[in-house]
Amino acid sequence: MSFLVVQNLTKEYPLGLLGKEKLKAVDDVSFEIERSKIVSLIGESGSGKTTIGKLVLRLLKPTSGRIVFDGKDVFSLRKEELRDYYRRVQGVFQDPFSSFNPIYKIDRVFDMVFEEFLPEVKASERKARIEQVLVSVGLNPSQILGKYPHQLSGGQLQRILIARILLLDVELLVADEIISMLDASTRVDVLNLLGDLKKRGMSVIFITHDLSLGYYISDEALIMYRGSIVEMGDTEKVFRNPVHPYTRMLLESVPEVGKKWDLRERFTPELIGGDSASCKYYDRCPIRERHCRTAHLQMVEVEENHKVLCLKAGA
Amino acid sequence: MRDALLTVRDLKIYYRTLYGYVKAVDGVAFELRDGEVLGIAGESGCGKSTLGNGLVLLKPPMKYVGGEAILDGKNIMALSQKEIKRIRYEKISIIPQYAMDALNPTKKIRQIVDDLLREHNSSFEEKRELIEERLAIVNLSKKVLNMYPIELSGGMKQRLVMVISTLMNPDVLVADEITSALDVSTQRSVVQMLYEMKEKKAMKSIIFITHDLAVLYQIADRIMVMYAGKVAEIGPTEEMVRNPLHPYTKMLLASLPKIGVRFVNERLKGIPGYPPNLLNIGPGCRFRERCPKAFAKCEQDPPIFDLNGRKVSCWLFERGDER
Repeated sequence: MSFLVVQNLTKEYPLGLLGKEKLKAVDDVSFEIERSKIVSLIGESGSGKTTIGKLVLRLLKPTSGRIVFDGKDVFSLRKEELRDYYRRVQGVFQDPFSSFNPIYKIDRVFDMVFEEFLPEVKASERKARIEQVLVSVGLNPSQILGKYPHQLSGGQLQRILIARILLLDVELLVADEIISMLDASTRVDVLNLLGDLKKRGMSVIFITHDLSLGYYISDEALIMYRGSIVEMGDTEKVFRNPVHPYTRMLLESVPEVGKKWDLRERFTPELIGGDSASCKYYDRCPIRERHCRTAHLQMVEVEENHKVLCLKAGA
Repeated sequence: MRDALLTVRDLKIYYRTLYGYVKAVDGVAFELRDGEVLGIAGESGCGKSTLGNGLVLLKPPMKYVGGEAILDGKNIMALSQKEIKRIRYEKISIIPQYAMDALNPTKKIRQIVDDLLREHNSSFEEKRELIEERLAIVNLSKKVLNMYPIELSGGMKQRLVMVISTLMNPDVLVADEITSALDVSTQRSVVQMLYEMKEKKAMKSIIFITHDLAVLYQIADRIMVMYAGKVAEIGPTEEMVRNPLHPYTKMLLASLPKIGVRFVNERLKGIPGYPPNLLNIGPGCRFRERCPKAFAKCEQDPPIFDLNGRKVSCWLFERGDER
């Protein structure tokens, strides 16, 4: 049974001075996440991936649609239920430096977790618990505790935030670009950490613009374009057999060592058109047809656990 | 072998701080050949940007401490302000990392370009044809010339700076992390545009700096890998990728995700540990604490060994072959 269900989720932002025009950052998005799965939300800037993460964390209110966690609507939770929600659902974000208050020592991050969520744990036990989670994210507690954030590297800080998640034994983690600021040599270890957490039963919404990272770590992939999911399903299927022209274009532009681009080819993906056509990719699409402008779009299943939002998918 | 356009020997650029020197570029040596794209790869803090910026716009707190960079017979690190002003932009130019912020917001693009060209005894009118031709390469309409920077998107500004910085057809262009802030699809188009500019002689050679080896693989003829302010390895792109020599390069390449490798089937490994602090750093190989092959000799600074055109700064290669 899926324990997170996102149904027809829409988030609009007002545009301009009077806010009469609206920007649909998230447009009628539906998906489900099961326990112990990593689902990546993949998209370029402006695709709405971060907005979805913030909605799941209740940092934003949806314009319409629902998010249901373990049978309950997330936006109608009351006081105690809300505390319970954050006990089970947490986020880690892109910039580890801004997640810490620079005037306090690292220890405070853990102390706050105990005060807010785990008051029953005795003070004498706390230190051992903290050290245990630090060790399991590959850090040496003696090099971390008592330090200030500026004394540590981005990779270390990001691991500390994940250690904090471990302390809570969170069930769903929203990980928004958590490794895009880390160096190549350390980012894989943080990714592997997510994989290990999954084995312990945690689910992760892994938000990224980097397709190769999404491919490496996730069980399912959702490809987003301008607020809509255009292709979704089993990661292997989406990457091996991409059907939507946008997914294909993205995969072609991922740089990979050992696979050379043809540099003489003209590659101009950038034109962003108006919102008039019913398919948002219409203006950029190499295989569009006239009816793509007006026809109603629906997710089509191209194979088991692999769906695409494209009129030409079945053809 | 093609001639060297720029020869760098034992170059040292430090940052002066209250506590001493941060040795960001410490004894770097390489040559840039005529017509090539030399990629410089490395992680944050390895000195790659200090090197690229230091060659073009050496400014405090950066301090030139020693060594030389010979361009056109002159050491460009030791020129007077007046001389460097002439060489900069005409002979060696840069697309900075935050190119989007490089444009004066109060002037129209046309005015910005004209001001710059007049500093170098030219003018907008004189170069009008060239400007329009180059704008077409980067897929910009000539209408942008009558716009203010604020009217352009970040990507458009970046491409515009690519055009502006190469109007004098410099010998050497330093491209500093120009693809890093871009979406994947835009990244590819920017790399392709830069390549086309080079084909059309907008510059002779390019020093392409990035942390992303996969991007570098696409455009670089040779790659120089830097670690903690030093050269780790220099070699032709394909050879280095197939057969990396330095333990750091090996581990770095092995840590890259690629299509076909998934966590569920195969676990990639990072490099344990973190780079050293470059403040007042002492002698010895700077990778030794993270290196699985480190041995007693690594306490001394390794020189750069030359192995038939491939260069590597690691004691394992003291006798030529890997020991």
